[in-house]
Amino acid sequence: MAVPGIRSIADSRQRLMANPESQAAWGALDCGFAAVADVFDECYAAAKRIIAGDELPDFLEAARVIGKLGRGAEPLLAFLEHWPDVVAGTGLAQSATLPPVMAAIRSLQKSPNGPAITPLLQTLGAVAERLRTAEALQHYLTLALDLATRTSGSIHGHHVTEPSPSLPDFLGQAPRLLGVVSLAGLKRWIDDGIRLYGDHPDNQRAYFALASPDSRAILQREREGTLFADVERRLNLTLAALWQDDSLLVPYSTAFAEVRLHPYLAPDGMRLPDALEDRGGISGLDRYRAMLAHLAGHRRWSQPLVADNWSPLQRLAVETLEDARVDALLLRRFPGLQPLLLALHPQPDADACDPASENCLRHRLTCLSRACLDPAHGYGDPLLAEFASRFHSLLDDSEASTRAVADLALSYAAHSRRPSDQFANVHFAGTEVDYRDDNRHLWTFIEAGDEEESFAPPPAAADDEPLGLPPRHYPEWDLATQNYRPDWSAVYEALHPAGRAANIDRLLEKHAILARQLKRLLDLLKPQDRVRLRYQEEGSELDLDVAVRALVDWQSGHLPEPRINVSHRTNGRDISVLLLIDLSQSLNEILAGSDQTILDTAREAVALLGWAIEQLGDACAIAGFHSNTRHEVRYHHIKGFSEGWDDAVKARLAAVEAGWSTRMGAAIRHAGHTLAGRKSEKRILLVLTDGEPADIDVADPQHLIADTKKAVAELSTAGVTTFCLSLDPKADAYVGDIFGRNWRVLDRIERLPEQLPMVYLNLTR
Amino acid sequence: MSNAEAYKVRREPFYQPQGNEVALYEAAYAARLPVMLKGPTGCGKSRFVEYMAWKLGKPLISVACNEDMTASDLVGRFLLDANGTRWQDGPLTLAARLGAICYLDEIVEARQDTLVVIHPLTDHRRNLPLDKKGELVEAHPDFQLVISYNPGYQSLMKDLKQSTKQRFSAFQFDYPDAALEAGIVATEAAVDREMAARLVEVAHAGRRLKGHGLDEGISTRLIVYAATLIGHGVSPVDACRMAMVRPITDDADVIDTLDHAITAVFG
Ligand SMILES: Nc1ncnc2c1ncn2[C@@H]1O[C@H](COP(=O)(O)OP(=O)(O)OP(=O)(O)O)[C@@H](O)[C@H]1O
Ligand SMILES: [Mg+2]
Repeated sequence: MAVPGIRSIADSRQRLMANPESQAAWGALDCGFAAVADVFDECYAAAKRIIAGDELPDFLEAARVIGKLGRGAEPLLAFLEHWPDVVAGTGLAQSATLPPVMAAIRSLQKSPNGPAITPLLQTLGAVAERLRTAEALQHYLTLALDLATRTSGSIHGHHVTEPSPSLPDFLGQAPRLLGVVSLAGLKRWIDDGIRLYGDHPDNQRAYFALASPDSRAILQREREGTLFADVERRLNLTLAALWQDDSLLVPYSTAFAEVRLHPYLAPDGMRLPDALEDRGGISGLDRYRAMLAHLAGHRRWSQPLVADNWSPLQRLAVETLEDARVDALLLRRFPGLQPLLLALHPQPDADACDPASENCLRHRLTCLSRACLDPAHGYGDPLLAEFASRFHSLLDDSEASTRAVADLALSYAAHSRRPSDQFANVHFAGTEVDYRDDNRHLWTFIEAGDEEESFAPPPAAADDEPLGLPPRHYPEWDLATQNYRPDWSAVYEALHPAGRAANIDRLLEKHAILARQLKRLLDLLKPQDRVRLRYQEEGSELDLDVAVRALVDWQSGHLPEPRINVSHRTNGRDISVLLLIDLSQSLNEILAGSDQTILDTAREAVALLGWAIEQLGDACAIAGFHSNTRHEVRYHHIKGFSEGWDDAVKARLAAVEAGWSTRMGAAIRHAGHTLAGRKSEKRILLVLTDGEPADIDVADPQHLIADTKKAVAELSTAGVTTFCLSLDPKADAYVGDIFGRNWRVLDRIERLPEQLPMVYLNLTR
Repeated sequence: MSNAEAYKVRREPFYQPQGNEVALYEAAYAARLPVMLKGPTGCGKSRFVEYMAWKLGKPLISVACNEDMTASDLVGRFLLDANGTRWQDGPLTLAARLGAICYLDEIVEARQDTLVVIHPLTDHRRNLPLDKKGELVEAHPDFQLVISYNPGYQSLMKDLKQSTKQRFSAFQFDYPDAALEAGIVATEAAVDREMAARLVEVAHAGRRLKGHGLDEGISTRLIVYAATLIGHGVSPVDACRMAMVRPITDDADVIDTLDHAITAVFG
C-alpha cells in the first residue's frame, strides 16, 4: 500500500484520491499518467458540480477512451479540464453534446491530424459558450473536420499522410473567431482561406492563425451587426446635421481587441468601433448615433481638468457625473433622444452589489447617473435622491461646467463612502454605459511632458527632368497685407507624358453599365442640330395644328391663340469647360475597403467624364496640377480644347501620377488664362480636389485659401465660372469661403466615377 | 381693369423684418432704383415685396418667370377677337403705365434674350418701347422694377448676364435666425412658440447638409407647411417628414439622417 505523499511512477493507477468518490472514478479511468493522477481529484470534483449524476459514467467512459488514444496525457488533461465548461456553457444535457465530439475525435484519430485533438478540446469550452446549441456545436465540428480534410496533403496519390498545417492554429483561434462572426461567416472565411492559400502551407498557417492582414480583412467582411464602413456617410451627415461638428470619424478594430474599448476623442477626431451589434432592440446604427451625440456633447460642453491630485476613484466619480451632465445637456437640446439613451444606459439593481464584500463605488455611481437622466429611476436611497436633485438644480437653466459637476461628484463620493470602496474587487456587472467614451480628453497631467508634434517629412521630389517651356509667373494674394505679391508663383506647363491608352479603355469597360446609363441621359441632353420652337408669335413657319385650332376659336367667338408659328434654333449648348485635377500626394492614399487609390478612382471618373463630354460635343480641356513651393507649380496638359477624346489623350490620362502639394490659386489662374481665350457663351472651370490649398513653403493654411478665393474672383470677373468638386469630408470649413456657392462635397469617393459626370451634366443642364 | 386700385395690397401682410431692409428699401424706392432680391427659395423675398408695396401704398404686379416665357408675355401682344385685332398690355407694360411695383419672381428661369426687354426700364431712360405697336411707353414716376434671384441654384447655366445684374441694387436675404424664424412660423401657422422652435431646429439640421446631398436647405416656407399640417392634427414627426424632408431629397442616407434628426427633436 502506497504511503500518501510518496509517489511511485509505476502505480499511478493505484493512486489514492482524497475523495472516496473520486477513487472509484479513478479506477474506472484505468489511466497510468501521473500528470493526470495529480489533478484528477480536483477535476472530478469540479465535473461533479456540473455534470448530472447519471451522466457521469459516460463522462468517465469518454475520458477512458481519450486516455487510450496513444497521444500521451495531454488530450485527457484537456478533456478533464474543459469538458465541464462545454456542459456549463451550452446548458445542455451531455448526451446531446458528447457523442458528436467523440465522433470528431475518432475521425481525427484515424487521420494524420490526431495531434489536433488536444487543441480541439482545449478551446471547446469557450467555443461551446458562444454556440450554445448542440446543432451549432455539430456544425462547428463539421467545419473543423472539413478544414482538416481539405488542407491535409496527399503526397502519394490517395494516401493522406501530411497533417493539415493550419488546423491546430484554427482550433486555437476558434473562440475568438466565433466571438466575431456567425458560423455561416466562419464557413465563408474558411473557404476563402483554403481557396487563397490551399497550396501554400506558410501563408495558410498565417491566415488561420489570424496573423495576416487579409485574413483579418476577410473576417471583418463577415461580421455581424452594423459595420462602420456601411454607415459612415450617415454618421458624418448626422454629426453635421445635429451637431454642426465636422470631426473626422475613424473606426478602431474591435474584432481582435482583448478588452472592449469605449469610443474616444482623439486630437484629430472621434474614434468609434468598427462594428456594432444590435442591443436590447436598439440597432447598431442608433448605437453609433448615441455615441456620436455623447462625443459631440463632450466637445461642446466639457473642459479638461488637471488630474494630478485626484485618486482614480475620484476621477471615476467625476467622469461619471460629467458624462451625465453632457447627456442631460444633449437631451435638453434633443429630447427625442431620451428613449435611446435610457435604453442603452444600464439600470443596476439597487442591491446588486454587496458592500460587505465588494467595492460598490462604481455601482453607486452608475445608479446615480441613471437617476440623473431618468426621472422614473425608482431608487429609494435618500442620499442618491439628494444628489440627483442637486445635479438637476445645478443644471437648472444653465449649462453648469465640468468644474462644478466635479465638485458635486467628489462630494457624493465622500458622503456615500464605504470602507469597501478601497477593495480591489470592483463590482462591474451592469455598470458599463457603453455609448459613453473613455473620457481621456477630460484630464490633463501637468508633469507629463508635452509631446512634440511630429512633422511628416516633405514629399520627395517626383523627378528632376528639366522642364520644357519657361515658366509663367502669376501674382499671389497676401492675406496679411491685403495686397498682391507680384509674379510670385512660377507655373511650368507641359504636355503630360503618355502611358497606355488601352488602360483607359479598360476602365471604361469596367464601367460599361454606368456608361450605358450615362449614354441615355446624354442622348436627352444632346443638342439636336435644329430645335423646333413651337408656340411662337413670330417664326419661320406656320404651325398648322395650332393655327387650325386658333381659327376655330376665332370663328366661334373665342379668344384665339396668337402664337401659331414655329421657329428653329440651332445647337443650344455653347460651353467650354476645363477640368482641373489636383494631383497632389494625398491622392495616393488607398481608399478604405478597396485596393484603389483616390487617384485611380479619379482617373476612372475623368475617363468617364471625358467620354461623356465628347458625346455632348462641348469643348473640353483637361489638366492636372501640383506644386513644390511657389517656384515650381506644375501644370500638366492632358487634353487640349482642340483635341478629340482620342488615344493620345487617353494615353496621357493613363500615365497621370500624384505627388507634392496643392498650390491651387496659381493653377486656377493659369487655367483661367486658358479659358478666357475661349469664345463660348459659357466658360466653366471644374476643379476636382481632395483637400485644401497647401504648399510646403506656406505655414498659414489661411494664406493659400485666401489666395485661391481671390483667384476664383478674378476668373469670375473675366467671365469664367468656377465650380469645385471636393473629396475632402472636412471641406465645409473652407470650400464655401473659396468657391461661394459653387461647390459640392462628395462624401463617398468610391462613387466619384458615377458622380463626376452627373455633377457636370446637372451643372450644364 | 387697368385700374391701379385693383393692384393695391389691401391688408397689411405679415412681414417680420430681419434687419434694416425696410428702411433700405424705402430709400431705394425713393430713388426709384431697380431692386434685386437675392436669396434661397422660400426665405421671404416675395413676402417682403408684398409688404413694401403695402407700406408704400403702391400697386404690385407680380410675374412668375419660366423658361417658356417670351418677351411678349411681359410686354404685351395683339390679340385677335371677333372685331379684329386688339392690343393687350403685358404685366410689365401695365406696371409702367400704372406706376406699380413690378415684381419678376425667379428671373433666372426666363431666357436671357427675353430679359433684355427690361433694360430700358432699368436705366435713366425709364421707358419701354412697344415695337409692334409702335409706341414708347414712358414709365409712370411711381414705377419700380424688382426682381428675385436665387444665385448658384443648381445650374451654372442659369445665371444672369453681367449686363443685367449691373442695373440693380441688391438685397441679400437668408433664412432668419432661429428665434425670428420661430416667431414667423408661430404667426403664420398658429402653432405655439415651443413647437415652432422645434420645427426650426429640424430645419437647421437640414440646412447644415447643404452641399452634402442637398442642393437647397429646408426653407421657411416648408417649415410653415409643416406647422400648418400640425395645426390640422398631423403628428409633428409625420408633418416634418412630409413637408420638410421628403420634398427636398431622394438621397436615402440624407432622408435617414433627417428622420433621425426629427426623432431627436420630437421623440
Ligand atoms: N420675414 C418673414 N416674415 C413673414 N413671413 C415669412 C418671412 N420669411 C418667410 N416667411 C414665410 O415663408 C413663406 C415663403 O416666403 P416667400 O414666398 O416670400 O419666399 P421667397 O423667398 O419668395 O421664395 P421663392 O424664391 O421660392 O419665391 C411665406 O409665405 C411666409 O409664410
Ligand atoms: Mg464621456
